[in-house]
Amino acid sequence: MPSETPIFELRGVHRSFKSGRQVIKVLQDVNLALQPREILCLVGESGCGKTTTGKIIAGMLPASSGEVLFEGRAVAGLKGEDFNAYRKAVQIVHQDPYASLNPTHNLYRTLSFPLFRHKLVKNNAEARARVLELLELVDLTPATDFIEKYPHQLSGGQRQRVAVARALTVNPRLIVADEPVSMVDVSIRVSLLNTLTRLQRQLGLTFVFITHDLAVARYFAWEGRIAVMYLGRVVEIGPAPEVTSNPQHPYTRALISSLPEPDPELTRSKQRLELRSQDIPSLLRIPSGCAFHPRCPFHVPGKCDVERPQLAPTPGASWAACHVTEAAAVRG
Amino acid sequence: MQPVLSVRNLSVEYAAARGKVKAVNNVSFDLFPAETLAIIGESGCGKTTLALALVRLLSRSARIVSGEVTFSGANGVMPFDILTLNQRQLRAYRWRNCAMVFQSALNALNPVLKVKAQVQDTARAHGERDEKKIEARALQLFKAVRLDPDRVYNAYPHELSGGMRQRVLLALGLLLDPQIVILDEPTTALDVLTQRTIIEVLKRIKQEMGFALVFISHDLSMAAELADRIVTMYAGQIVEIGPVNDVFYRPKHPYTTGLMRAVPGLHGDKADLISIPGSPPDLIAPPPGCKFAPRCPYATAICTQQEPPLEARAPNHASACHHWDQIPILRATERNGSDA
Amino acid sequence: MSTLQPTVPTPAALPKLRPVAWLRPLLKHPSGAFGFFGVMFFILLSFVGPLVIPPTKANPSNQYLAPSPTNILGTDNQGKDIFTQIVYGGAPVITVALIAGLIKTAVAITLGALAAYLGGVVDRVINGVANFILTIPYLVAVTVLASFIRLNSPVLLAFLIAAFAWPVLMRTVRAQVLSLREREYIEAARALNLGTFHIIFREILPNMASYIAISMILAMTNAIYAQIALITLGLVPFSDQNWGIMIFKARTLGAINTARTAMYILAPVLAIALFQWSLVTLARSIEDVFNPRLRTGA
Repeated sequence: MPSETPIFELRGVHRSFKSGRQVIKVLQDVNLALQPREILCLVGESGCGKTTTGKIIAGMLPASSGEVLFEGRAVAGLKGEDFNAYRKAVQIVHQDPYASLNPTHNLYRTLSFPLFRHKLVKNNAEARARVLELLELVDLTPATDFIEKYPHQLSGGQRQRVAVARALTVNPRLIVADEPVSMVDVSIRVSLLNTLTRLQRQLGLTFVFITHDLAVARYFAWEGRIAVMYLGRVVEIGPAPEVTSNPQHPYTRALISSLPEPDPELTRSKQRLELRSQDIPSLLRIPSGCAFHPRCPFHVPGKCDVERPQLAPTPGASWAACHVTEAAAVRG
Repeated sequence: MQPVLSVRNLSVEYAAARGKVKAVNNVSFDLFPAETLAIIGESGCGKTTLALALVRLLSRSARIVSGEVTFSGANGVMPFDILTLNQRQLRAYRWRNCAMVFQSALNALNPVLKVKAQVQDTARAHGERDEKKIEARALQLFKAVRLDPDRVYNAYPHELSGGMRQRVLLALGLLLDPQIVILDEPTTALDVLTQRTIIEVLKRIKQEMGFALVFISHDLSMAAELADRIVTMYAGQIVEIGPVNDVFYRPKHPYTTGLMRAVPGLHGDKADLISIPGSPPDLIAPPPGCKFAPRCPYATAICTQQEPPLEARAPNHASACHHWDQIPILRATERNGSDA
Repeated sequence: MSTLQPTVPTPAALPKLRPVAWLRPLLKHPSGAFGFFGVMFFILLSFVGPLVIPPTKANPSNQYLAPSPTNILGTDNQGKDIFTQIVYGGAPVITVALIAGLIKTAVAITLGALAAYLGGVVDRVINGVANFILTIPYLVAVTVLASFIRLNSPVLLAFLIAAFAWPVLMRTVRAQVLSLREREYIEAARALNLGTFHIIFREILPNMASYIAISMILAMTNAIYAQIALITLGLVPFSDQNWGIMIFKARTLGAINTARTAMYILAPVLAIALFQWSLVTLARSIEDVFNPRLRTGA
């Protein structure tokens, strides 16, 4: 299926850390391959490991074990120029627009620091021109109005655009966006998402978009994929429209059916998938076999609590880590 | 039917360095017994200020400039204006007649006190001293919100998850059997599945206990789930109010339409979504005429000159817009039965 | 969580504007004005005063005169005018305080920031040194040192005071930087590979600007007290004019005992107290100066 070398790959990545004497397994056996110019949404509830995965991809955290590959080469072994190239190639956009910009710098300084640092401009005049260019790229127009402003003079949506512009200063190839629109007003979200989509097409960027909002994920990754995570593992992955309209994994089905929709008749008549338990297991005591089995309505005793399922084809278009769907695919 | 709460011409102002912020501007509406009223709007529209005004918990820099909030819920008692109560009367009103659960309430519980201590403290603060009676009621309510009663009653807040704490606060709000419960963004910080539990719990206890629910949210989907009627607020004013199906399928204000078109759902094509251009007006020196006009696709000259009054356009359905009849109807009548 | 409201507390920034622009917020409050003018008064008195007022000479027949138009604060036991001595006595004290304050703040900020940002070995070493210094009994050590070295140069004195004072400030700076280090914009700066020096000195510290300024001013007040303590213990060789030495002399002469002679000891005490008070008041109101919100009028 992939036509080129994946721009980024996680192979068997584990991530754990010690808290006192306990070992908390935040990620277990995560396998992801990102094609260039692809949009991948990581979706899941809190504690599922999506933010940690994003940080590992961005190089902010090391993996405890497994391979993390950028353009086919292990990130951990990169040194000097190669490491700098990787760092510049992968950038982050954060969730909280009120914490993502340094309040003591105006936009010109915020955006020109990286330009000067990486010698992308030679003097102030060039820097200014480039900063204006970047502001226009993220739809902060007229750019001259914004260039001298401080973050506190901007709205949440505008700050997020500046954060994106900052990520673009070093000409990255991959952007990890961690919930970039969840703290922005509803009526502006779409506009910001459209800007990101346009940038993706215009600049050929690869996007890893982390969110808990399945509807936003579906919108943004319409032409890409959604990966659903649960307790540190990827449980389903497939094309966005498929995962949301024909989910295969029981957890995804529970999520989709539980989501309220902005349509009264639809949402009040929706069939909910009832789970066997409301309790989310703690990361200290991850259930044996399939981590979802204590809550899964399709749980097969003797199989699901013993053997951990791997990602495999399903009757639908996505792959899921589920014994039941795997068996159904084999049969059908 | 007589409303349990009647708000007339309520205006609230904040004192800021640059001037007075008209956070709530001449708001009037009724709340009927046992109904669920959703107040929808984005940040800065005044919905939280409105809610705080209804229980008179505004910060000191805020002032209720005008209006009446008449409560007629208690049996055998004459209706009274909440805004005229003194501190002692207010404390009796709060929690017994009207309870409020705040936004980001996950941190509202004191971490060094067990849940039971906080339950008893709350009851005592509002005049209920019978500990045994309160304990029984609390356990009963915990069960109603699907919590393990004994475990939770004796726990510390940090031993409970976010969703559980939210449910504790909900139960606390219902402790003294109020006629009105106000929830400010009840599920914002919660995960999808936890949110679903809260929604189901809310529906059920509301049916059992029969209180009127006012909930405030920026989430249209929540309103679609729970509300009987919807109030849309913009720049401190009510721009639309009506039954939930009418507002969703036959909206009469461009802001409501704009919101609905800007929210992605799980169905339909991607191309449908449009965001609302521009940003909310300055509430210190708002523009003349309709405050939404600068961002409105239907705006004409009259919109910037004359502020549109909130008037009924259909039975029980009012909107403040000069061009309400130009807004396309999404669905003329409800479908009956389940969807394909 | 409150999704759509600011989550960061009021920030601070280095003022890069003309003096008038940042004086305005300072002078808006009466306490700010008092602090500012008080400090200015004493600085002018101590550094411009000696250029204008001639030094006073001993005149035994004018011993302990009461305050009068010719001797505003009266005279001392040698008939020297007390006011003139106050004018001349401020410069050494303020100079030492200023240098000590600068050294202490600079060292504490740099070490605290490095310890917090780099962590690991650097953190352990810096903390170890700081803890060691904190265990040394200050006055005993200084007394011992004074028997080896003549503490007659203001710079040397300043160094000594700063050397014992920096660990406490370093600790609080370290705590602040530890928390700022986790901010998203710092993580972004790391992702952009902006470099440790840039991140500490141009991203993190500007957010602590008001804290640094206040620490600097308070370091001066501590340095003044430290000096007076050293002088009172007789560890500092007498130079000519110095508020602290005036107090020392006046005390040994028993000037406090009678009303007529009391001005000799009261004058320098009051000078020091008023200067300290002005410094502290200035420190409290300086936070507004660094707030970019006020500067840009948002």
